[in-house]
Amino acid sequence: MTFWIVQALNGLQLSMLLFLLSIGLTVIFGLMHFVNLAHGALYTLGAYAAVSAVAATGTYWGGFVFAPLAVAMAGVVLYTGLIRRMRKAGPMSQVLVTFGLIFVFLDLMRITWGDLALSIAEPTLFTGRSELLGVAYPTYRLFIIGLGLAVMLGLWVLLSRTQIGAMIRAGVDNDQMAACLGINVERLFFIVFCIGCALAGLAGAVAAPVLSVTPDMGTQILIPTLIVVVIGGLGSLKGAIAGSLMVGFIQTFGAVLAPQLASVSIYALLAAVLIFRPAGLFPAKA
Amino acid sequence: MKLAMTTALAGAMTLSASAAFAQDEEKIDVGMILPYVGVYASLGEEIDQGFMLALEEAGMTDRFNIIREDTEASPQVGVAATRKLILEDEVDVLTGLVSSGVLGAVRDFVDQSQTPLIVSNAGNDEATGEDCSPYITRVSFSNAQVNRPMGQWLYDQGMRTVYTLAPDYAAGQQHIGAFVEAFEEAGGEVVGQDYTPFGQTQDFGPYLTTAQAADPDAIFVFYAGSEAINFVKQYDSFGIKEETPLYGSGFLTSQLYLEAEGPAAVGVVTSLHYVPTLDTPENKAFVEAFQAAADRLPSEYAVQGYDAGRSLVEAVKAGATDRESIKEALREVSYTGPRGPLEIDPATNNIVQNVYIYDIVEGENGLTQELIDTVEAVRDEPNGCELE
Repeated sequence: MTFWIVQALNGLQLSMLLFLLSIGLTVIFGLMHFVNLAHGALYTLGAYAAVSAVAATGTYWGGFVFAPLAVAMAGVVLYTGLIRRMRKAGPMSQVLVTFGLIFVFLDLMRITWGDLALSIAEPTLFTGRSELLGVAYPTYRLFIIGLGLAVMLGLWVLLSRTQIGAMIRAGVDNDQMAACLGINVERLFFIVFCIGCALAGLAGAVAAPVLSVTPDMGTQILIPTLIVVVIGGLGSLKGAIAGSLMVGFIQTFGAVLAPQLASVSIYALLAAVLIFRPAGLFPAKA
Repeated sequence: MKLAMTTALAGAMTLSASAAFAQDEEKIDVGMILPYVGVYASLGEEIDQGFMLALEEAGMTDRFNIIREDTEASPQVGVAATRKLILEDEVDVLTGLVSSGVLGAVRDFVDQSQTPLIVSNAGNDEATGEDCSPYITRVSFSNAQVNRPMGQWLYDQGMRTVYTLAPDYAAGQQHIGAFVEAFEEAGGEVVGQDYTPFGQTQDFGPYLTTAQAADPDAIFVFYAGSEAINFVKQYDSFGIKEETPLYGSGFLTSQLYLEAEGPAAVGVVTSLHYVPTLDTPENKAFVEAFQAAADRLPSEYAVQGYDAGRSLVEAVKAGATDRESIKEALREVSYTGPRGPLEIDPATNNIVQNVYIYDIVEGENGLTQELIDTVEAVRDEPNGCELE
């Protein structure tokens, strides 16, 4: 029993990390039909920003606060310098440009921080293990789960209970109609893009104590993140939650129950979803 | 007109003659094929620095003309680079190769073109086993060589059951396979094995929980690079360290990753062909020289690069000047270097060397390797290799 509880927590922890990454991607995608493949690179940037900030401030929380801000700033630069120009260029050009950005970021990070893997220590507040449901589980991983749930709740309140949330939902549902009603959809997109970037940076800072920080960490997580977005359905919070939970749990329990199939199982899930629900499980548009 | 032609022809002949003269008498062309970009770039850099150090130490940098080519750790690029060095640059000797995949891809071309190659990393067993070549000499290690001694040693420590973990690719299977064979021969039992998707596994939580549930006496793993760092840190954070000791192939706690692993690495016991803390005059001199040049401790990769350079220096000192004589002289190479006494096994062209068993301890200047045991002169079986 203990074994299954620990594995379920493992699944939940991975799901939360995927959620932090995919929510930004899916809303950007849903709102403006913009495919940002460089999202994984922003996650890596967040992790490196955290490493540098921890080194400078001497505390984990320095990185935790600095990384989302730094990546949001990078988002502003990216948006004004590149993405705004690409808005009307069509999906193929957007994919190519953001795909190219992956390699630009990869080399920039390699030049700045080097090839050797870096790492930061867990915050002292969350070291060691804690008792939960009768099992001892790494406290820092519990923190990741808690943080993921808190972000979920915060976004839910933002999207369903605030004016800007209503505007975002209107934009996702029908951007032309929303523009006719006087919503500045372009500015909305800019705000959402920055929040998405900040969340990617946060994910990087949160992952850094568990995973080693390498220039290619973003490319490794990009594919599971895209799978989450496709399974969940473009543009919806509910879809991102459902998608990340499914991918997180299938990856975890696949590794436990059928290790030979571990790398295939999430692709099988993806294929099944695409056959039976081509728009994803919870698409934002009816 | 005719006169002009003759003069031009004579001039051209003189030119080519003098070029040939320069090549024969002065410099030996060395083709260095290493990854300078991509995931293995830091290893390529270490090997290159070690190699140059060996030439400087011998005061022979002027004797060699080094031509560097980047493999980008890709077999296709590696083959193109090798062809260029052999056909276009007509090098006398090749050295390098980090990835076993690249070595496998260039093996036939190197063998057929009869160009000697000094392998300075790639550890796939076949390269000095069934696919061996008289032209391919390996001064790094073979995957089986560094792990086989751990089988008996672990059993002697009182470990009777182990759980093994490694990435799911050829090297992972060879590292674990050699250990398991020796451990079972000694009388131990493997209670479970997992091969994790290579290059895709960042979270080892599910695997660690499964390994823990099997309740083995010890866990034995092979991981390298960022996977090694993730694994060691996560093994510690799940608290398995307090119950089940971690053993592995020495790349797990290599000097390169130690700092990133931090205190999680303390107490992990692994085996490798080199540790920077070896207490020999040869090693101390090497560590000092490397630190002066690179401002950090050398890793096993730096030593492999050094020994690739050193064996070439020894071969040239013995009178070798061209492809054929270098190939012959390399097989006779034997000296005591930073990693202890080493020689080339004439049966396989693989290195014969000590394997060191060490653990990680908290030292004065951070984490360091503490030597526990030495298995001397480890030699691979020919495994289907027939030289001559």
